[in-house]
Amino acid sequence: MRSPLRTLTRRGLLTGTVGSAALLATAGALAGCGTKGAQQTEAGCKSEDLSATEKEVAFSNWPQYMDTDEKDESKRPTLDAFVAATGIQVTYTEDVNDNNEFFGKVRNQLAGCQSTGRDIMVLTDWMAARVIRLGWVQKLDKSKMPNVEANLLQSLRGRSFDAETQLAVPWQSGLAGLAYNANVTKEIRTVDELLTRPDLKGKVTVLSEMRDTIGLLLQSLGHDPAKFTSAQFDDALNKLKKAVDSKQIRRFTGNDYAPDLAKGDIAACIGWSGDVVQLGFDDEKIKFVVPESGVMLWSDNMLVPNKATHKANAEALMNHYYDPAVAAKLAAYVNYICPVQGAQAEMEKIDPDLASNPLIFPDDTMLSKAKVFMALDEAQEKEYETKFQQVIGA
Amino acid sequence: MSALAHVPTSAGKPAPPPVRRGRSRLLPYLLLLPGAVWLLVFFAVPLVQLASASLYDPAGSLSTGYAMTWAFGNYPDALQAYWPQFSRSFLYSAIALVLALLMGYPLAYAIAQKAGRWKNLLLVAVVAPMFTSFLVRTLAWKTILSDNGALVGLLRDVHLLGPDGRLLATPIAVVLGLTYNFLPFLVLPLYASLERLDPRLLEAASDLYASPLRAFAKVTLPLSMPGLIAGTLLFFIPATGDYINAELLGTPNEYMIGNVIDSAFLVRLDYPQGAALSFLLMAAILAIVFVYLRRAGTEEVL
Repeated sequence: MRSPLRTLTRRGLLTGTVGSAALLATAGALAGCGTKGAQQTEAGCKSEDLSATEKEVAFSNWPQYMDTDEKDESKRPTLDAFVAATGIQVTYTEDVNDNNEFFGKVRNQLAGCQSTGRDIMVLTDWMAARVIRLGWVQKLDKSKMPNVEANLLQSLRGRSFDAETQLAVPWQSGLAGLAYNANVTKEIRTVDELLTRPDLKGKVTVLSEMRDTIGLLLQSLGHDPAKFTSAQFDDALNKLKKAVDSKQIRRFTGNDYAPDLAKGDIAACIGWSGDVVQLGFDDEKIKFVVPESGVMLWSDNMLVPNKATHKANAEALMNHYYDPAVAAKLAAYVNYICPVQGAQAEMEKIDPDLASNPLIFPDDTMLSKAKVFMALDEAQEKEYETKFQQVIGA
Repeated sequence: MSALAHVPTSAGKPAPPPVRRGRSRLLPYLLLLPGAVWLLVFFAVPLVQLASASLYDPAGSLSTGYAMTWAFGNYPDALQAYWPQFSRSFLYSAIALVLALLMGYPLAYAIAQKAGRWKNLLLVAVVAPMFTSFLVRTLAWKTILSDNGALVGLLRDVHLLGPDGRLLATPIAVVLGLTYNFLPFLVLPLYASLERLDPRLLEAASDLYASPLRAFAKVTLPLSMPGLIAGTLLFFIPATGDYINAELLGTPNEYMIGNVIDSAFLVRLDYPQGAALSFLLMAAILAIVFVYLRRAGTEEVL
């Protein structure tokens, strides 16, 4: 092959030169690196509103979170009604599959005060809290949303991350509680049963959403998830760790627990009310349980990101969905908790069964047990999330 | 390199007439240009960014930004915190590789040498699963290994599994998933080199009184070495970095390094640590590949 005498070949020389040049360039590039802070301020990142001239709005939402026509899946009756009434064209995209993933998707633009091309994005409480904390969303004009002013559920006003209720408007809400499949196990009532009952060993899943899981555990220990200390968090985490170490918990899941619960591979889990209501339609033995100690209430919120150019159109759309008649139609389809007061009365006309379902229109006793997880600052978020991820194995 | 090795050298032939020299000199570079630009933009630049992110001050945060402090301590810290997942990744993919070799080598050999007119059909059968998404295939394994599924039922009946035993959410499921998902990457290169194997060489070996086993060891195996090496690398590298199988078929106790990197970047927003872990993984794989290629001693792969 290569002659041992000719140690310096042309290829060798070339590779050497290119290699060292690349190394030098890399070192140079590295030295100049570092990132700027992602924090934005209202004054520093101003957005223009072109709603008056451009009758359009871009709406990013989660999959299966909008009513579709029974005959034609591509038609969305409540959204089409909005287009017909206002003449504002809606570009509806189902591109939010996961809060963290979506955050990764828009992070670079929003950190640099650039447009994401979206006028409304729908994010869960804690992620909404994060983007609000980073100053990445625009303040809404309440006077343009009289329906929201009038009809938003009392318990969803003045939440800790949006004290004046002017940044985030709930799209749908839901509960995180217990669920079980009565085909494979007997009734379960408390978080302790879920985490310790021997017949459930290896047949339990828990949500990988830290706020929901830890929130329920905090409540089971008698702590308040809306206001807890670092020591109380560790308490709850230890309880979870014991259940992981004893192999009681099989997996940490996102939405994907639903098929497993339906098949009976898992007998009981921490899950979301909306999923369980939908599973219950196919198999009434799949049940949602509000534990005695309390349940977690969360919402997915509509937010207008910085540099979105159709804020007024977005506000009109939010206002449309807070019309009780529209909200009832939507709730009849998605089966989550409807954040709109008065929708229950409208639901009576569509489907009386759904109107009396406490998992869509919770009564006061249930709402009194429901807690919203405390808003965390960045340091807390990192500390808690890291500790939690260590327990769940990543 | 392998391509060049087979090009006949022009030494014995008269030199081509030196017409339009300038252009023909530029041509190879022009041909290289699209690939080089692609590599630069989508590989080299992100790599440099990742390298710099791995050296950021770990005390930084998204909202305040990260300062470049050449924090080499990120590497030992990351390794210390996540060495179990690291070693697990290599262990699982090594076991999966052995399983895949046991299944893949005979399979590739059969397709290449014995399949006759079924050859194309069998090749399609190997490749066809790749037409569906990786995720869907892994989800299908959840159904196959389900606690209430036929397979687990059978294993319980023959007492290979206890009455409460399960496959899903165990290391076995993760290793099986890895084996299945990356098997075609092993089989196809193996097939390509076994297909070129001249059966007359085996006849010659048996004429010279070699037992079938010896003929395999002395003729088939050495001649299939390039495919074997390419296949094992194509299998091992993505399998080690995989996180879907551990996520869907395993539990936190089976999480591999890919899961940790995913959580560092997307959930915990610890960019320096995520970047450091990515680099450690890359370095470990490069080291293994390097040693492997040195020992296997083939130039045809590189």
